Amino acid sequence: MASITLDHLAHAYRPDPRGPQDYQLKEINHVWRQGGAYALLGPSGCGKTTLLNIISGLVTPTTGRILFDGRDVTHLPTEARNIAQVFQFPVVYDTMTVRENLAFPLKNRHVPRADIVRRVEEIASRLDLSAVLDRKAQNLTADAKQKISLGRGLVRSDVAAILFDEPLTVIDPHLKWQLRSSLKELHRALDLTMIYVTHDQTEALTFADTVVVMHDGSVVQTGSPEELFLRPAHTFVGHFIGSPGMNVLPAEVRGRTAYIEGIAIALPSAYPALPPGARIELGVRPEFAELTRAGTGVPVKVRRIDDLGRTRIARIEIAGHAAAATVPEGLSIEGDAAGLKLEPGQIHIYADGARVAGEGGA
Amino acid sequence: MTLELEKVSRAVHGVPHISDVSLRLERGSLNVLLGATLSGKTSLMRLMAGLDAPSSGRVLADGRDVTGLSVKKRSVAMVYQQFINYPALSVYENIASPLRVAGLPRAEIEARVVEAARLLKLEPYLQRRPLEMSGGQQQRCAIARALVKRADLVLLDEPLANLDYKLREELREELPRIFASTGAVFVYATTEPTEALLLGGNTATLREGALTQFGPTAGVYRHPHDLATARVFSDPPLNVLRATKVGGRVRLASGDAIAAAGAFADVPDGAYTIGVRAHHLRVEDGAAYDAPPSDGSEFRLRASVSVAEITGSETFLHMVAAGEGADASALIALLPGIRTYEPGAAVDVVFDPGHILLFDAAGARAGRVLDVAA
Amino acid sequence: MEKPINNRAWLLVAPVFLIVAFSAIVPIMTVVNYSVQDTFGNNQFFWNGLGWFQELLDPSTELGGRFFAALWRNLAFSAIILAIEVPLGILVALSMPREGWKVAATLVVMALPLLIPWNVVGTIWQVFARADIGLLGYGLNWLGIDYNYTGDTLSAWITIVVMDVWHWTSLVALLCYAGLKSIPDAYYQAARIDGASRWAIFTTIQLPKMKRVLLIAVLLRFMDSFMIYTEPFVLTGGGPGNATTFLSIDLVKLALGQFDLGKAAAMSLVYNLIVLAVCWVFYTVMTHAGQDYDGNRRPQEETPA
Repeated sequence: MASITLDHLAHAYRPDPRGPQDYQLKEINHVWRQGGAYALLGPSGCGKTTLLNIISGLVTPTTGRILFDGRDVTHLPTEARNIAQVFQFPVVYDTMTVRENLAFPLKNRHVPRADIVRRVEEIASRLDLSAVLDRKAQNLTADAKQKISLGRGLVRSDVAAILFDEPLTVIDPHLKWQLRSSLKELHRALDLTMIYVTHDQTEALTFADTVVVMHDGSVVQTGSPEELFLRPAHTFVGHFIGSPGMNVLPAEVRGRTAYIEGIAIALPSAYPALPPGARIELGVRPEFAELTRAGTGVPVKVRRIDDLGRTRIARIEIAGHAAAATVPEGLSIEGDAAGLKLEPGQIHIYADGARVAGEGGA
Repeated sequence: MTLELEKVSRAVHGVPHISDVSLRLERGSLNVLLGATLSGKTSLMRLMAGLDAPSSGRVLADGRDVTGLSVKKRSVAMVYQQFINYPALSVYENIASPLRVAGLPRAEIEARVVEAARLLKLEPYLQRRPLEMSGGQQQRCAIARALVKRADLVLLDEPLANLDYKLREELREELPRIFASTGAVFVYATTEPTEALLLGGNTATLREGALTQFGPTAGVYRHPHDLATARVFSDPPLNVLRATKVGGRVRLASGDAIAAAGAFADVPDGAYTIGVRAHHLRVEDGAAYDAPPSDGSEFRLRASVSVAEITGSETFLHMVAAGEGADASALIALLPGIRTYEPGAAVDVVFDPGHILLFDAAGARAGRVLDVAA
Repeated sequence: MEKPINNRAWLLVAPVFLIVAFSAIVPIMTVVNYSVQDTFGNNQFFWNGLGWFQELLDPSTELGGRFFAALWRNLAFSAIILAIEVPLGILVALSMPREGWKVAATLVVMALPLLIPWNVVGTIWQVFARADIGLLGYGLNWLGIDYNYTGDTLSAWITIVVMDVWHWTSLVALLCYAGLKSIPDAYYQAARIDGASRWAIFTTIQLPKMKRVLLIAVLLRFMDSFMIYTEPFVLTGGGPGNATTFLSIDLVKLALGQFDLGKAAAMSLVYNLIVLAVCWVFYTVMTHAGQDYDGNRRPQEETPA
């Protein structure tokens, strides 16, 4: 059981980093609470795997410290930290049965035989592996193998945190749902700190209570799925979370009105504190932008309507800028002219990519 | 070219990989092969390409029998899940390579490469090496190389599976437009129902090497002919419940009887299977439930919550239905907004008979085909 | 239904059949012919039926006696070099560098002995180990160790074994190295997290993943050592006495030295059958091991990398 503290942590793969551009991981301060479910979300190359490797002990950070429950473990090797890890591709010991796989970490730590048997049975029933305990691990399906990898972490009573490195990559869509919900149930039942690294927003948002969004080696926002969805702190978060992502349009703000190439959009609050000379953008999620008949709302041009089964998404242009909007049930658009209705409370203003809080909101 | 498969089967060492598949793919069409891992997508593509010969059945190109004709003599291009490019060649040379092999004149090569690069937004990277680009750009390069040949048949085997979520979204949006600009037959394999819907075109659903349905994508999604197709084409997984119709009333295994309505209205008495997609389930507080309306306007059953997954704008509620058999007990509802539930909480699951997919005991579609809204 | 059957394919294969017929089948049939006849020279042959084979397989006869003695020598030699080269090869492979410029350097050094022709290897060691002028032989004697491979059976055997180990351990090591390189890093990381010892990592990850290449290495080394001829012939000529007379050397003595064509033919056929039988056993084990590997997987589709 542990909380994990990242204290002024930074990492560069070059031995002699000169400027910030040499750092794959820019300075980060963060506390992973004991028992929390966290996701580390970002595109390839954003530094999330480096951070995971620092936590697991495969990489020693260039500067800063990492603390488990206040104890400095920065220079401790992986095996001396009480962590478990599930990898992108299933890792099982081919020659062993499922039972032997699960018992392996305990056997290595010289746990008494009777305890091993009890613990393995317990974890196997939790993971629905009881029926296959005596089968060879290598002959099982990918999802069962991932459960075995997870089980090898869970059998240890001393495990403080479990790290997941894109664990659903090779799992079929239908099984992803099952595996994800069983992960969540396990987390609740076992009170373990879990850190889940992924580029897939659905996995991150559904798994975690707190999502850490990374971009270009730094953390751009930390928050609950709801916060990330409703109040993206950065245009990158707005774009990266949500499918399709947030519409970000260049704008000019005067009083309580934003102008996109001259088209006026009413804002719920004023932004007197916008830094002069900054790049100003308006952000609104497609979920809060609804297509209406032409002649109402903001005039837009419809390029295409995608039928996603349960919803329809319109690909539109606002004054020449591409955007997406939801199409309400029953609305049919003739020609390419339509209107757009924006939910006032869900419009955000960004200066140089960062969200600016409005003043005197309604 | 039109590509036709006539009762094509293939077995390897007695194990059937493809069983009795008949398909007709029209010139200029986009066809999605949708199925789980090992459902036979790749096997079928290999047969279409001529990489494998069928054990029985015929493959026709424009009506001409090409069964057993080697891939070299066919006009085929393939794109794989892995980004396959020549690492030592520039992007330009990568795209040009099939044309150089074909011995086209210099000017023609130049023109075609530039066109393909423009279509796939690779113009700024033409002088780079593939490994100096992001995964998305590498796969764009591979797709450009497949298109530049102007092959009659272009096969894409889960081309986006190895890409980041956002890059996948980006390319997925562009692909139908890119495909539409050529006259080839496109075949696109995927495991993801959402991807099939986004691509549009036609969809063939595969299960255990057999074709379960083929038709326009939205049509297959809305009107699956059988339970297998409905399952393959649902993400989140299809909710499956059992029901019995006796004398004008329908009873769910875990709910009350209601008057037969919707698809149930004109089917004979007997045992049925109901499929309901996650976004058609509503969830109400267990306590609010008193007496069921018996007029057939809604189905209602009791369930207990196992996990609530919140995506920020929606909630996926995993539940276990009371009284259902072990194989059909898990339910998933997709609810708008953020809804928190304690695990184990008792809830009522409600759905409209007009939204159900009705199957008979053997799994075939039963009753009138209603226009299931979305 | 019509399947395109192209008979021209047979024409293309025909030259191979012809070459195989002249290079393998005709000579073997000649040997079979010799093995059932006796000759006193002058190209006069007499039908002898299975006489040679009966004599050969009966250890109490002169022919059977020398055949079995040579066979046991061969088997002992193969067993000894496998017992040394396989573990040594694995050990070398495990200690080879995994990345950087050292990889290329090591590979080149390792490949050197493999590039030297057999008879040159024999000659090198013949000179190197000579008690009068060879560095090794002279050195050992100078140290007070009685070493002389031309006169002492033990010295001769040790020299041949060391020579073979020097020549061929690289092959085993290179094959094992290839097997080791194919293990993804995640396995090592997982093992560290599971608290596995160095030995446990070896037995649970490295050895299972090397199983297939090891089988190939054992097969290659067994066949090669079982048919060894050139090196001991150059080094000891089969001596001292018959101490290093392996089957192949004995065969040559019989056929070319004594001109006992019938006996030699029978012996070479039996020799050949033993080699084939061992090959078959290895093949079966190897394909079985392969199935073990992919047994539960339909070979056709998406295999995650």
